[in-house]
Amino acid sequence: MASYSTNEFRAGLKIMLDGEPYAIVENEFVKPGKGQAFNRVKVRNLKTGRVIERTFKSGDTVEGADVMDVEMQYVYNDGDAWYFMDPNTFEQIPASRAAVEEALPWIKEQDMCTVTLYNGSPLTVTPPNFVTLKIVETDPGVRGDTSGGGGKPAKLETGAVVRVPLFVAEGEVIKVDTRTGEYVSRAKE
Amino acid sequence: MLDHGEGWRPTASLDVLRRRARILAAVRAFFAERGVWEVETPSLSAAAVTDPNIDSLSVEYHGPGAPASRRLWLQTSPEYAMKRLLAAGSGCIYQICHAFRAGERGRRHNPEFTLVEWYRVGFDHHALMDEVAALVALVLGERPVERLSYRDAFLREAGIDPLRAPVEELIACARAHDIPLPPLDRDERDAWLDLLLSEVVSPRLGRGRFTFVYDFPASQAALARLRETEHGMVGERFELFVDGLELANGYHELSDPLEQRTRFEREAARRAAEGREAPRPDERLLAALAAGLPPCAGVALGFDRMVMLAVGAASIDEVIAFPVERS
Repeated sequence: MASYSTNEFRAGLKIMLDGEPYAIVENEFVKPGKGQAFNRVKVRNLKTGRVIERTFKSGDTVEGADVMDVEMQYVYNDGDAWYFMDPNTFEQIPASRAAVEEALPWIKEQDMCTVTLYNGSPLTVTPPNFVTLKIVETDPGVRGDTSGGGGKPAKLETGAVVRVPLFVAEGEVIKVDTRTGEYVSRAKE
Repeated sequence: MLDHGEGWRPTASLDVLRRRARILAAVRAFFAERGVWEVETPSLSAAAVTDPNIDSLSVEYHGPGAPASRRLWLQTSPEYAMKRLLAAGSGCIYQICHAFRAGERGRRHNPEFTLVEWYRVGFDHHALMDEVAALVALVLGERPVERLSYRDAFLREAGIDPLRAPVEELIACARAHDIPLPPLDRDERDAWLDLLLSEVVSPRLGRGRFTFVYDFPASQAALARLRETEHGMVGERFELFVDGLELANGYHELSDPLEQRTRFEREAARRAAEGREAPRPDERLLAALAAGLPPCAGVALGFDRMVMLAVGAASIDEVIAFPVERS
């Protein structure tokens, strides 16, 4: 694996610290004019999501983490693992519950996801920014309301619950922003 | 990644750049009024600094007059050339110029930046601090001026004596202030002091005032004279901090050519030991010191940072037209 000098530090760079993969969140260069330069960085542990701070002597190098993002299709789950397929090679790999946990409320079989691989196995699965999902349960709306001012909870086919405007009805398909978990619009099926 | 969209635009607003131009004019008027004249010296030099924490950029030059190395260094400050003018009898001089430092980029750094550097014949570092305070007050408005020795600044803000505390205590102090510890060796005493200065002491300095820190540890004297004090040897060097930002660095200038040569050689040896490029001492500066540098004090003030404070900018990118990524 490549190693990186502090000069190459930037947000998003994946590095190894204490044997764990991290992504740089923020990098600040600190230097008294005549003194030693440091890089003060915030890094996110890619396994736990925890953000910590580290200080490096500028010019030091750290090992890069064998982490890459690939687009893969969610195919099925067998109760223990969730299987994702590389659309080019048709190779299928299992992801643990921990890796898929945050994506689960938003994905259905056949959906394309971003799978972050660490040493070849899925570390995290990120759903598409926008998904279209069917409403399986919601209270009948108030006739004539088109503003969506109030809103009501709606349960989606994946089990997730989002707030939707009052005029949206059960059985309809809606577009949701998975980053915020918010309703965007009605979608054509 | 090259940005072909908005990358041609300046990162600073035109309003800020106009304000910057007015501040430049005010600085020039300040010196004109005091009889300090403006000089220009080369950005390219056959010699580089040996400073252990400053790395020079260089360019190749093969044309007429090229040095044997075919290499010219971009100045990291105009100090050596200006001292040669002082030794030649210039009297009090100032310069506003670009300086270049490899690897320095961040919210407060751009590898190419603007310095205001000046020398006052007959001044010591305390007299020069008065003048620095007058200049920054002109640009930033009046504030109370505070002067602290380096030792007192550390005692007040970090509760530690930087001249006497063993390295273990410096490390314990960093830990007590929740500073993530960098992988420094125990013998890098000055680097531990720099860490405490950057992370603990300086962020608290110059809040609502102009804080001068003077009499640095002898190991950080750079080009300043040394003086024995009751707490040990110190370098007659000062820095100005405003709202936590390091704004200026000055010296009661060392004029002894032998002492200067010894320091250059010690620094170069340290660089070589660390496997870094170790430039040869600047013989023309040493010859000028041998010819006689008048007793003087000099200071370099970060012009971009002063503009940052004047306009309330959080990043140097807001006060320069094109930072290195858009150069």
